[in-house]
Formats: sequence, C-alpha cells, structure tokens
Amino acid sequence: MSTSIIGAAVGRVDGKLKTTGAARYAIDHPLDNVAYGAGVFSTIANGKIVRIDTAEAEKMPGVIDILHHGNADQLYRPAGQFEHSRASEARPPFEDDGVYYYGQFIAVVVANTLEQAQDAATRVKVTYAEEKPLVHLEDAPAPTGEPVANYSRGDAEAAFESAPIKIDETYITPVETHNPMEMHGTIAAWDGDKVTLYETTQGVVNHQQVMSEVLGLPLENVRVISPFCGSGFGGKLFPWPHSMVAALAARRVKRPVKVYVPRSMMFTTVGHRPYTKQRMRLGATADGKLVSIQHDVLSTTSKVDTYVEHCTSSTPMLYTCPNVKAVQHLVPLNVGTPTPMRGPGTVPGIFPLESAMDELAIRLNMDPLELRLRNYAEKDESLNLPFSGKHLREAYQIGAERFGWSKRNPKVASMRDGGLVLGWGMSTATWHAGRGGATVRVRLNADGTARASSATQDIGTGTYTVIAQVVSDKTGIPLNKIEVVLGDSSLPPGPTSGGSTATASVMPAVAGATNSVVNTLISIAQRTQGSPFYVKETQGGDPPSLKMTKGFIHAADKAPESGVPFHEILAMRRLSGIDGEAKTGPSEEMHKFSGHSFGSHFCEVTWDPGIARLRVSRWVTVMDAGRIINRKTATNQILGGVVMGIGMALLEETLYDPRNGKPLNNNYGDYLVSTNADVPAMECIFVEYPDLNLNEYGARGVGEIGLAGVASAITMAVYHATGVRVRKLPVRIEDLLGHV
Amino acid sequence: MQSFEYRQARSPEGAIANAGEKTRFIAGGTTLVDLMKLDVERPASVIDINGLPLDRIEVSPDGGLKIGAMVRNSDLAWNANVRQRYAVLSEALLSGASPQLRNMATTGGNLLQRTRCYYFRDTNYKCNKREPGSGCSAIDGFHRIHAVLGGSEHCIATHPSDMAVAMMALEATVHTRGAKGERSIPLNDFYLLPGSTPDSENVLEPGELITHVTLPPLPQSTRSHYLKLRDRASYEFALASAAVVIRTSGGRIEFARVALGGVGTKPWRSREAEQELHGHEANERIFRAAAEAALKPAKPLRDNAFKVELAKRVIVRALENTTQTA
Ligand SMILES: Cc1cc2nc3c(=O)[nH]c(=O)nc-3n(C[C@H](O)[C@H](O)[C@H](O)COP(=O)(O)OP(=O)(O)OC[C@H]3O[C@@H](n4cnc5c(N)ncnc54)[C@H](O)[C@@H]3O)c2cc1C
Ligand code: SF4
Repeated sequence: MSTSIIGAAVGRVDGKLKTTGAARYAIDHPLDNVAYGAGVFSTIANGKIVRIDTAEAEKMPGVIDILHHGNADQLYRPAGQFEHSRASEARPPFEDDGVYYYGQFIAVVVANTLEQAQDAATRVKVTYAEEKPLVHLEDAPAPTGEPVANYSRGDAEAAFESAPIKIDETYITPVETHNPMEMHGTIAAWDGDKVTLYETTQGVVNHQQVMSEVLGLPLENVRVISPFCGSGFGGKLFPWPHSMVAALAARRVKRPVKVYVPRSMMFTTVGHRPYTKQRMRLGATADGKLVSIQHDVLSTTSKVDTYVEHCTSSTPMLYTCPNVKAVQHLVPLNVGTPTPMRGPGTVPGIFPLESAMDELAIRLNMDPLELRLRNYAEKDESLNLPFSGKHLREAYQIGAERFGWSKRNPKVASMRDGGLVLGWGMSTATWHAGRGGATVRVRLNADGTARASSATQDIGTGTYTVIAQVVSDKTGIPLNKIEVVLGDSSLPPGPTSGGSTATASVMPAVAGATNSVVNTLISIAQRTQGSPFYVKETQGGDPPSLKMTKGFIHAADKAPESGVPFHEILAMRRLSGIDGEAKTGPSEEMHKFSGHSFGSHFCEVTWDPGIARLRVSRWVTVMDAGRIINRKTATNQILGGVVMGIGMALLEETLYDPRNGKPLNNNYGDYLVSTNADVPAMECIFVEYPDLNLNEYGARGVGEIGLAGVASAITMAVYHATGVRVRKLPVRIEDLLGHV
Repeated sequence: MQSFEYRQARSPEGAIANAGEKTRFIAGGTTLVDLMKLDVERPASVIDINGLPLDRIEVSPDGGLKIGAMVRNSDLAWNANVRQRYAVLSEALLSGASPQLRNMATTGGNLLQRTRCYYFRDTNYKCNKREPGSGCSAIDGFHRIHAVLGGSEHCIATHPSDMAVAMMALEATVHTRGAKGERSIPLNDFYLLPGSTPDSENVLEPGELITHVTLPPLPQSTRSHYLKLRDRASYEFALASAAVVIRTSGGRIEFARVALGGVGTKPWRSREAEQELHGHEANERIFRAAAEAALKPAKPLRDNAFKVELAKRVIVRALENTTQTA
C-alpha cells in the first residue's frame, strides 16, 4: 500500500462543481413539464380537521389539483424495523383527519408554476376542532411508560448514598433544528408504475426501500437520485412526508411534481433534536474517584412516532466507575417528530456528565483534567471489552500543552486580558466507531480512466474525494482520472451517511473492488498473446508476480515504468473496460472490542462584565479518531463540529409557542447559529493511531465527534469567568447579567 | 403573496401622482418583499423608486449632510464624510443586518422598516399593529425581544432600526414630498408611540415619499459612537444599543445626546439621560445616573426584564468610550 495520497490534505474532487454552481441538487434537476406542489400546513398543534374548503383555491390560475386526507390515495405505513428500513414518521401524510403538530402537511396544491401553487395554497381554508396542545416537557405529567433505556451495574443508589462527595444537578438542552442550507425537497416523476425521486437524502438505499413500502411498489420500481446534498446533519437520514406527498401528487396529476419544504417548515415537518432534561448524580471519594454515576433522562418525542435520543449511550463507558445506573423515559408532545441531529444521544447526553465532572472538580478543589485522568477508563466497563484503540490520555496531554492549561488559575474571574476576564474550559469528546456493509464497483476504462460507484452519497463531508483517494492509492491512477458516481439507488447498495460510519464502511469495499479489478487486469495481462506478461497455459510453475502502480501493470520486482499502462492491456483485447466489485459487511474483528473515538477540547472565553458580553476566543481540540484519510476534509468536519457546538452552547434554541406549537424563530434571521464573527481561531490536532480492527486503513469516521463535549467546555469556561454555572442551554445574557 | 400591480417611477412627481391608499414604494425591498411573502404587507400596487435620482450624499450649505433616500446603507456607512464626522451613523449601519442586506437596504427604507415581532409577521396571530383591535399576542406570549420603553397595553413591539437610533442622536430631519407638497420633519417628531393605534408608526401620509434626510453639522471636537449588544457577534437585531453624541471640555460635558435602540417602541431619544449629563463632569457616577434616568420609565415584562439593566450598561459603556482620553 503506497501511502502518499492516503492522509494527504486533498481538496474535494467535487469542489469546482460546487463553487461554480454546476453541482445539481435535488430540486435543481431540469425535468420537462414539471408541476409544482405547495404545502398547506396545520396552524394548530392538536385537534382534528373539520373541513377543508378548496373552492377559492381551485379557481386560481394554473391550479391543477389539490390533495388532502379526504381525496388523496392511501399511503401504506412504512414497515420499519421489520424491513430494516426507517422512515421518520410512522404516520404517512394525509392518513386521517388528525392534527398532531403545528406545521403538519394538511394538503398540497399542485399548479403550473411555483408562484401559482403558493398563492393558491394560502387560499385553502381549513376549519379545525382544536384541542389544547402539549408543547413543552415542563407542562407534561411525569411519564409512566416503560423506560427506553435502563442500564445498571453495581449498586449506584447505595454507593451514592454513602459517597463522601456528592453532586446532584439537573441539566437541560433545548430543541435544536438542523437547518441545513439546502432545504428538503423532492421531484417525483412517474413512468407507468415506476417512480424516480430526485431527493436530498443521506441514504438513497433506505429512501428507496421506505418509498417502496409506503407506495406499495416492488423495490425496483422506485429509483432515488441524490448526487449532492446541501448537508443534512442527520435531518435527511430518513424520508419525511414531503417526499411521499410529491410521489402521490405526481401520480395524481400524471406529471412530474416538485415539492420543497419552505424554510419556516424546516422547523416543523423534517425533524429536530429533542428537548432533554437530565438529572446527573455523581458520588466520589475525597480523592476524586468516582464511586457512583446516576443518569436520569427525560427526552421528548412526537405523537406520530417514537424517537429516542439515546442520551445515556456513553455514560456507562466514559469513566471507570463500579456503580452506574442510566435510565431514560420519553415524553410525547404535540410537536413534529424529532430525528437524529449531529452526534445524536451522545452530544446532549455528555453535556450533563461533563458538566457534573467539572462541578465535582470544583468541589474537590482539583484540576478538572486531573479528575478525568484519575477516572480514566482502561477498558469499556459496560461491555467488559478492551477498546479498539484508545489514546485519550495523549489527546488530553497534547491539548493541554498546546493550550497552555498548566497556566490556569482556577479561581473565578482571576485571569484577565486587559479589561476582559478570561474563562478556561475543557472536556472529553467521544463518539462510537462503527462500520456497516457496502457494495462498491470499480471499473478501469480503456481510455485510461477509472470509475467507482456505489449507492451511498456525499452529503458534503467528502465521500467522493475519499473514495477517489482509495482507488488512486490502489492503482496509482491520478485523482483527475477517477470518476466517482454516488447518490443513485440503482447502483450497488452502499451505506447511509450517518453516525460517522460512511467512510469506515465504504473504504474496505472500495479497496476490495479495486483489488479485484486489478487482479482481473493482471490475469488479462498474463492470458493475452502479445502482452509482455503473456504466460503459456501449459508452462509449469507460477507466473511472475505482477502489480499495478502509477497506472502501470508491471513485474512486482521492477519499476512501474518498466511495465505497460493499464489501458494498453485493455486495448490488446479490445475491451471497453473491466469491472471489479466487492461487498463487505461489518468488521468481524470488532466483536472482540469496544469501538469508540475520543478527544479533548480546550477553550477560552472572554467576558466583558461591564456590558455582559461573552465571546469564545480560542479553541484547541485533539482527536483520537483512527487514521486520517484526508486531512483537509477531516479537519473541516471536526472544526465544523466545534462551530456548531459554540452555537449549541450560546445561541441555538427553537422556541415553541405553547398556545399553538408554532416555532416562533423559524427563519435564518431569528434562529441563531454561530456567524463567522462568533468563531475564534481554532486548532485541530489528530493523534493518529490506525484502528486496524475496523478496516485495513484503520480509518474511523469524524463527522460528529467534534461537537461532543463542546457545550460543557464552554459552560465550564463561563463559570470560570463569571462564577455562574449555567445548566440550561443556551447560555444567555440574562443568565450572566446579574452576576458581575 | 397577493398579486399586485408593479410600476417603475421615472420622477418623484410621477411616483407621488401614481401612489394611492394601497400603494407601497419599493426601495431595497428587504423589508417589503419579506413581508409581502408572509402576506403581512398586501399592497395593491408597488411603485419601484430605484430609478429616482435620490442616491447622492452631499455636504449641505450649512456644513451638514444631505443624504438621498435611495442611498444604500453600505454606501452611507463607508462614506468618508460620514465616517469622519458622524461616526455614530457609520457604526450603527455597519452593526445592522448583513453585508448583503446593507448593499440593498436604503436610507428611506431603513427608517420605515417594520418590527421583527414574531406575531406581527404571522397572519394567524392576533396583532393590533397588523389588524387594529384584534389584540396583542406578544404581551402574553414570548417577548424577550420586545420593548421596555414606550409600550402600551396594545403593543410592545420594538422599532428595530440601528440607523434611526444614530440619526435620533444626530437630530436628523426627514424631507418628504407628497400630494400636499414638501415637508421637513424633525426625526424626533417623525415616529409615533403605539398608544391605542400601534398601526400608525409615523407621521407620513399615504403616498408620501421620503426624498432625503439631512444631518446638521456638529460642533468641532464632538465625539459620537454607537454600541450594540446582542446574543451573537453579528447579524442580529439589538437587544439594547446606545447612540451617543457628546462634547466635553476640560472633563466637563458641554452637551450630550443619547438615543437607545432595541428597547423602545420607536428609536428612543432619552432627554432624561441628557439632562443628567449636561454641564457635569464626565465620570462613571454621572454616567450611571444618566442610565438610571433613561430607564426610569421602563415597564419590563417577564422575558424582557433583563433589557432594563442591559440598556443601562450599554449607555454607561458608550459614554465611557466617547469620553475616554485616548
Ligand atoms: C434578516 C434581516 C436582518 C436585519 N437586521 C437588521 C439589523 O440588525 N439592524 C437594522 O437596523 N436593520 C436590520 N434589518 C432591516 C433592514 O435594515 C431593512 O430591511 C432595510 O433597511 C429596509 O430598507 P429597504 O430599502 O430594503 O426597504 P424596503 O423594503 O424597500 O421598504 C421598506 C418600507 O419603506 C417604504 N419606503 C422605502 N423607501 C421609501 C421612500 N423613499 N419613501 C417612502 N417610503 C419608502 C416601503 O414602501 C416599505 O414600506 C434586517 C433585515 C433582515 C431581513
Ligand atoms: S407587540 Fe405589537 S406588533 Fe407584536 S403582536 Fe403585539 S400588537 Fe402586534
């Protein structure tokens, strides 16, 4: 394996397409005779539709048809777990007259132009029988149902009772809404009983499966195309109602129909990270050894599906502790269905654990980093398995050195830069390292190019580039001669882009397919008369061993240039090209290990007490995430996660009106995320230990871990600067204003 | 969006002559088009005034500045005269919106931008400003961004402009032209408090066109400054902001003008604060007294109570910044 291109800082192979606007996103696809669907969305959060009056809307110019629960064809329910597929909402759109949340699809108006459809949609009059909605967890009765997580080892309650040092606090994370730049949208085009869906999705294969279930079609009658995705952050993992609405409408009007979700409804009908309320109890000895961890979680879901934000997922393994209990219950609300959002479960779940660790360190008068080292988990105590590579100690140490942590004065408001007070914080980051199955086909073409294809997709993270790097690594063909084709369900089935598993899953299959096609090429070289490597069948002994480097087939013991360019071998047989395919599954080796990535964050905030202005001023993050395949895209993922975390800590919160369940700040102006001006100088360092249990490259995904731990590092720095411990995110000016 | 008739004006006279009760002029469109898409603004006709020769910034005979209504916010902010002599205005403009919006937004349009009250922007809510007499959804709703000064039981929406706050402190005059001829209206008299008619926000008649804004000259060695506080560092309306125009001599305040943004139902000039400052020595105690005086009339509610203290802080800091000897 030559190593030059693996690990290099390679620019995106699709970068030019994106920066020039040539990349075609879902609803950019030009189709003839397309009609436009505009949604009518519920303006109440709970109740029934009594009447839908479409008379005025129907008379509007250009209107073709209006579909709603009273007249739309029935959709089937998605089979979900029974088919290993996943839709976002168990209830398909227009199933009944029920309204379960604000911003639910009530009807769709199909017209010749977008403007006509939108105009007519505002004229559909809906009469409701409204009931009082339940919008906030704080207004809900205590849940009585079965817990959705229930982990226990040792006797956490007894150990807590007898612990000399106790921390018992409750932490809250608000609803956050994904808000990718590219809004959700679908163009559905039927040809007889076959449908093509131009989508923006993190999983063309799952999307195809779910749509075949709800439309009642054979799998091969559904094709999902999603060459580019203007990011998803988890929100585009599973199909949402608009995709089904587009398919229904297109079938009805016998024309392709384009439906996109307007920005305001990006807050209602395409998911969010749910609200969580988490009680964290830590018991420790006087010298800082954890003896008990108890994590009690309430998280919200909708009335039309059961979504679990697995907040307790890293609690039992992050630190060594004999007694751990983690329990979670769900509270259904009249809001849209939550869905995974970057770092689901762990990101909100680690906020209370890491915050409580800092509160414990303060109580013990101990450096928070030292406290973490004292409770360092050498193995995964929840599975009783060794980690498949854990170098967190090194990540702590390098981060601390780069940041200058040893110069920290722990006293509140003791560190200054001119008139500004400095606050320092740190935290542990973690995310599981996994790998799924993938099938990849690699073709070597007679024109000297290569092509790799798989029904996975690049959601902006760099999958196109990483696949091209592997093909190039195995063949020596330069990147500009490698075409990567993704985002089409008719290709060999590839993985969903979620859970930071795409890279680890797809790489072994790309490598396998490339090896396979190279081996075929070698046998062609040996079986073809006129080839310098021709071996007579009758001759005894092994033929001399050949390999492919720099695009040449050559004798393994000679320089590449001594051989023949691969396309000349194809030409000798007048072949257009040859294919290799590989199908890989999850790593067998990983059953013996617990797979997780780890990292450390160190940060500084500045606090101007006179005007209550808090800003993040410095960030160092060190990641232990296996071998890095592309330094550029990996750094970009980690720092992007930190930027998102700054928003989570200080800005983001979807505000629902308790009266009607409407997200009030439902636009880019009012829903605050970090701007460039909020982002400080940041540094990202990788401690690179290949995780060879996971795949031959030792690569893990890096999509989510950058965000884990960011919020608690910031609230810790906020405390250090201001003396205020904020346990309810985001940290707001009013939380700090009273304390100067 | 409701269908509307669209015309381009060739002259101010033509624009006025064609304007009826349900006409809106469109300048940068960053407020108007946004609200039309939300069905909050439903003009029957829209007259495009982008072709009018109102896009110049000139020094007036008295040494002040004459700013055409169509001057873009970016051009005004980066104008050398403005940057040197009216720093408060340049700072206020640059703290507002985003570069893209500022490139479109105009002087006239900025003065007339509408509130960002969530409930005003959604026709499913009761809102006295949008639909007189229907009620106010903000008072019982979420009102963190709402006003603590100048509100009534009918409306507590903030006027969101940064530019207008600076212009208040600069004692600008708005010049208009309408069916009844030309008018010059001191900015101080331009905006109305909501009272029981929050739908009337200013003294313009229907179809009256803002042609330009004038700023009087400032005495030598006057200093001015705009300071804006908000959750994030950019691209957000003010939670509290202060515009200060001040001249000190030998540590004594000769005159001071203080205006507040983000906390009032209109761009808020605080005579109370100014009175505290006049003739006194510039020090923290007097700044604090001015801030207390400015916020004395405040009527905070549950979610916006913090703005009272935040506004005091912003006044004190803006005064400190303008009186510190470098
Ligand atoms: C996301 C977002 C964030 C923003 N953030 C800020 C901020 O932080 N601070 C801030 O101050 N502003 C902010 N703004 C508001 C922005 O400054 C205004 O939208 C802009 O100044 C309006 O100017 P315009 O020329 O686009 O007005 P238009 O939208 O064209 O017009 C606005 C109104 O003024 C009327 N009008 C325009 N010109 C004239 C004239 N010459 N005579 C009579 N009537 C006229 C129009 O009929 C209309 O009713 C923000 C806006 C948006 C969308
Ligand atoms: S505060 Fe004013 S603008 Fe907002 S809802 Fe009440 S009346 Fe309408």
